[in-house]
Amino acid sequence: MKHLKLLTNPLNDENPITVQVLGICSVLAVTVQMKPAIVMAVSVIVVTALSNLIISLLRATIPPRIRIIIQLVVIAFLVILVDQILKAFLYDVSKKLSVFVGLIITNCILMGRLEAFAMNNRPWESFLDGIGNGAGYGIILIALSTIRELFGSGSLLGYQVIPEGLYKLGYVDNGMMILPPMALITVGIMIWVQRGYNKKLIEK
Amino acid sequence: MENLFDLFVRNVFIENMVFAYFLGMCSYLAVSKTVKTAVGLGTAVIFVITVTVPVNWLMENYLLKAGALKWLGSSFADLDLSFLSFLLFIAVIAAMVQLIEMVIEKFAPALYNALGIFLPLIAVNCSILGASLFMQEREYGTIAEAAVFALGAGVGWALAIIVLAAIREKLKYSNVPAPLRGLGIAFILTGLLAIAFMGFGGIVI
Repeated sequence: MKHLKLLTNPLNDENPITVQVLGICSVLAVTVQMKPAIVMAVSVIVVTALSNLIISLLRATIPPRIRIIIQLVVIAFLVILVDQILKAFLYDVSKKLSVFVGLIITNCILMGRLEAFAMNNRPWESFLDGIGNGAGYGIILIALSTIRELFGSGSLLGYQVIPEGLYKLGYVDNGMMILPPMALITVGIMIWVQRGYNKKLIEK
Repeated sequence: MENLFDLFVRNVFIENMVFAYFLGMCSYLAVSKTVKTAVGLGTAVIFVITVTVPVNWLMENYLLKAGALKWLGSSFADLDLSFLSFLLFIAVIAAMVQLIEMVIEKFAPALYNALGIFLPLIAVNCSILGASLFMQEREYGTIAEAAVFALGAGVGWALAIIVLAAIREKLKYSNVPAPLRGLGIAFILTGLLAIAFMGFGGIVI
C-alpha cells in the first residue's frame, strides 16, 4: 500500500510539473509533436528510476560536502547512455530533441528527487519514487503534446486525424499551438483545471 | 565588430533563452516573486553564463571536437571525444560556480551578500548548460563570438525574470480565480510575454 502510494502520488497530488514546479523547460520545448514527447518521457523515466536507485545504494558512502558533484556525475553518466542509444536507434527523433536530451542532466526533477528522497530512503522505495515521478512528468508531457499536435497540425503521432472534408468546410489548424507561447498558456490552463478538481492544491 | 553587436541583440531579444527556448524555467518561475530577488538571480546568471561558455568553447575546440586534439601530435588527429561533452560541460559549470563563489566572497563581499544563495543554485539552472550546448551545436568560430553570445543569452534571461517579477508584484492587488493563483497565472503571464517577444522575430539585422 505504501509502495503503491510512491507510484501514484506523483501523478496527481505531488505532480513534479504542476505542483512541485520541477523540470518545466523540457516539457514546453519537446511537446510540439507526440513522438518526441513520448521518447522524452521514456528517457526521463529511465534516468530518474536508475539515478534514484544508484544514489540510494551509494547514500551511506557519499560524503555530504561533495554530494552534488557525485549526483551530477551519476546523472550525466546515465544521460550519456540514453543519448547514445537514441542516436543509434532513433536518429531522427534524437535530432528533433536536439539539446534537450543533454538538458535532462539539469532537469530539476532529478536533483530534486535525489536530494529529497533517494539520499534518505532504501533502494527499492527510491526506485519506485523515481518511476512515479518520471511517470508524473510523462503524463503531463503526453497530454500537452496531444493537445498541441491535434489542434496545431490536426494529426496524432504523425497520422492525420482531422478529416479532409472539415478543411474544405473552412476549418484551419491553429498555428499558435505550434509556437512556444501557447505551450505555456496550455500548461497554465492545465494547472487551473487540476486545481479546480483538487482544491487542496490551491495557493493562498 | 558589427556582427558581434548583431549577435548580442539577437540573443537578448529574438532568441531569448526564456521566451524562445524555455531554458531556466524552474528558477524563473520559482524566484520571480519579488523584483529584488529577481535582480540578484539575474545578475548571477549573466555572470556565470559569460564565464562558463567561453571556457566550454575552449574545451570543445581543443579537447572534444573531432580532430581537436591535433595539438597533441598527429596520432591524436582523428580522435572524437564529443560523446563526453555533457560530462565535461557540467563539470566545468559546477567547478566555475564554486570558483566564482570563492573569488567573489574574497574580493567583493558586498556582491557576495547580494547574490547570496543564488550562486550555488545556478549549477542546476538549465539555461547555463543550455547555452554551452547551443554554443556546441551552432559551432561559433571564435571565442569572442561565443562570449558575446553568452553575454546576450544571460542579459536576455535576466531581462525576462525581472519583467515577470515586476508584473507579479503588481498582480497581488488583482482578483485572480483561486485555482489559477500563483503558479497557474505565472505560466499564462509568461505565455503572453512570449507572444510579445515574438514581435521581435520579424526584425532583420
